[in-house]
Amino acid sequence: MKTVAERLRSLDKERWAAFVALAVLVVVSSLLSPYFLTPRNLLNIMRQVSYTGLIALGMTFVITAGGIDLSVGSLAAFAGSLGVVAMNRATQAGFDPIWGVIVALLVTTLVATGGGFANGLLVAKAGIAPFIVTLGTMAIFRSLSLYMGEAGEFRSENQLFGDIGSGDLLGVPIPVLVLLAAAALLSVLYNRTRFGRYVKAVGSNARVARYSAIDVDRVRLLTYVLVGLMVGVSTVLIAMRFNSVGSSTLGINYELDAIAAVIIGGTAMTGGRGTVWGTIVGALTLGVINNMLNMVGISPYLQGTVKGLVIIGAVFVQRRRN
Amino acid sequence: MDEALVRSEGLGKSFGGVPVLQNLDFAIGRGEILGLVGENGAGKSTLMKILAGIHRADRGSFTLEGRTCDFRSPAEARRAGVSLVPQEFNLVEDLSVEENVFLGSELLGPGGLVDRRTMRAKATRLLAELKAEVGPDARIARLSAARKQLVEVAKALAFDARLLIMDEPTTVLTRREIASLFALVRRLRSEGMTVVYISHKLDEVKELCDRLLVLRDGVLVHEAATKDIETHEIAARMVGRELREIFPPKAGPGAEISNPPLLELRGLSSPPGFAEVSFSLRRGEILGLAGLMGAGRSEVAEALMGLRPSAGAILLEGSAFRPSSPREAVASGLGYLSEDRQGSGVLTAFSLAHNVTLTSLPAYARTLGLVDFRREEGAARRWIERFGIKASSIAQRLENLSGGNQQKVSLAKTLDAAPKVLIVDEPTRGVDVAAKQEIYRFLAELAAEGTAILLVSSELEEILGMCTRVVVMREGRVAGELSGGGLDERAIMYLATGVGEGSAA
Repeated sequence: MKTVAERLRSLDKERWAAFVALAVLVVVSSLLSPYFLTPRNLLNIMRQVSYTGLIALGMTFVITAGGIDLSVGSLAAFAGSLGVVAMNRATQAGFDPIWGVIVALLVTTLVATGGGFANGLLVAKAGIAPFIVTLGTMAIFRSLSLYMGEAGEFRSENQLFGDIGSGDLLGVPIPVLVLLAAAALLSVLYNRTRFGRYVKAVGSNARVARYSAIDVDRVRLLTYVLVGLMVGVSTVLIAMRFNSVGSSTLGINYELDAIAAVIIGGTAMTGGRGTVWGTIVGALTLGVINNMLNMVGISPYLQGTVKGLVIIGAVFVQRRRN
Repeated sequence: MDEALVRSEGLGKSFGGVPVLQNLDFAIGRGEILGLVGENGAGKSTLMKILAGIHRADRGSFTLEGRTCDFRSPAEARRAGVSLVPQEFNLVEDLSVEENVFLGSELLGPGGLVDRRTMRAKATRLLAELKAEVGPDARIARLSAARKQLVEVAKALAFDARLLIMDEPTTVLTRREIASLFALVRRLRSEGMTVVYISHKLDEVKELCDRLLVLRDGVLVHEAATKDIETHEIAARMVGRELREIFPPKAGPGAEISNPPLLELRGLSSPPGFAEVSFSLRRGEILGLAGLMGAGRSEVAEALMGLRPSAGAILLEGSAFRPSSPREAVASGLGYLSEDRQGSGVLTAFSLAHNVTLTSLPAYARTLGLVDFRREEGAARRWIERFGIKASSIAQRLENLSGGNQQKVSLAKTLDAAPKVLIVDEPTRGVDVAAKQEIYRFLAELAAEGTAILLVSSELEEILGMCTRVVVMREGRVAGELSGGGLDERAIMYLATGVGEGSAA
């Protein structure tokens, strides 16, 4: 048996760097504002990060396998638009509100997962660079949702839909619960399953993976399907929250926040290794920074500067470790 | 003035707490060719990487021409006159030969622009001296392994090196290329160059070097003039015991002769690699596939593994078989040990255990694809024990293991999927005598257990020592098949080169 000390030593330092940084940030924030540590504020931060956090969880797999997905924000708008449209049709046809919610949920996740599948096919089967594929689909998905909504908003005609979005369980907002459950599940998928091992092998050296009888194309394809699914879940939650989907506003900069959370969390941009819980820490770090800047009254226009510096700093630390 | 070019005192180095070099005192004389031999993991490469500025010593120091050195980068070492030709190629595939030769030390003309004309002239001259038969414009990706090796040598010689270190330079060269490399090294010596020559091929060390150092487990155990020591003694010093037979005794043409063919190729073609290749492989047999570099041997192996398209027939246990990916080939019972260990064999960033089960992972998965870690660790431990892999733990990353130990892990990975047909391509490349002997023993054991083995090799000694039947390829075609009394070194070379046949025609 290993002693505790041995276990501690064998832990990856990069796994803990993000945790330590977040802890320092929390201490500093609580000193700056007495309001920071109140349960309400903390839950608020967690809810704010849960939408992009969910996408970041899927993005962890994509980046670990050596890919990238820039289309997640546009895909959210596209899938969400179709979901709300379908729900309103169901409501108009006289179905129960609960059926409307189920229709929205199914349509949104199916469309988003299908979008991810399309990205995956283009990357894995057509062999186009992930950056190019998702840059292209980013434009396509956004344009389609703008066209459908004429750049306006799809309002939900289903009150139940909005009620669920602002609901909670024992005081914890539903999106936060979904985020934590997804992180727990995906952490198992990442660390303990064949698929997780293959994702890392493909990102580490795709040639070795291929020679080792791994279906590299399938693994890559599935990572994009997974991030698509997470986009779907996230979109349903955020559409519920506002009880509407803005065809021009939903999902703006989601790809940046999701990628930033993954990188700050300690996943290697070059692929091959990473951590799922680190991504949650990365997302929380971004949320805490925003919250703190708001509380000390720094212009919201400057928040992007701070965020950018944190991302560059995180990659710099990662580079020095290698 | 000190007659030694390099002198070290108490040099030591550890990786992750494991000492790799301990308290080394040695001298390298001016203008000598010094052989450096030792088993895998003995510390040869680490020692040379310290001299060449890739690693820094933890303890002790060394002097170059009397001045104490502590190189912080290969560039610094190169400026001081120390150049290393590494074992694994270190070339940028997308750049030309000339650009690679001067990479990082481009010659500048007026205005700070690169002086292409001078660089080109110098590269052309160097390549001609090496008899490389390659132009300065050629892209590295298009060159054969042997040519790449020569570009590495040219790169090392491009600047006024006083100490040239060659790490296993001949593993990818043919006999003729080796002979011209030796001629070159001797000429360099006559011009005053000092050369350190690292090799597992003791015959080569004996032939080329003036003096040799033997390392064992990071300690300098012997030092001698090569004319005073026989190869078997060198081998014994390396392993610390007497080495008798490198090759296990051949079972001889025995029961396996009557076995039906397990794998059969009938007129298999894959242009431009090879055409019309036919042979059969029986259960329990080790069939040699010999030939010069570029004869199409590795391409045949790749076609069998579904790595390149082919036409013609492949029969596996009597039924047609045409894999379109390594996954299908492995699922049908084939196993492949590639000649390119780091490029396609092992994941250096993965742990030993995760490498061992990479191919066979489906066998360790339970419901929902969850990996059974305990069984996986058990498998890794069994392979460590069976192959005598030197590692601090099963969690150790492969990048911290020596080349020979990585090769054993690569073989363990292939065998953990329990293949019926095992294809090994240059299984002992860059591996020391003791590990070689072990690998040969494993292969013989596997054959005895019924595995059909296709041994692809450019080392005649290996082919002759292991096989009772050999298929020889030349220029993409089968030049002939040898067995029994007709199987000897001359007959293989005859078929491989076509020399003699032409005069008869």
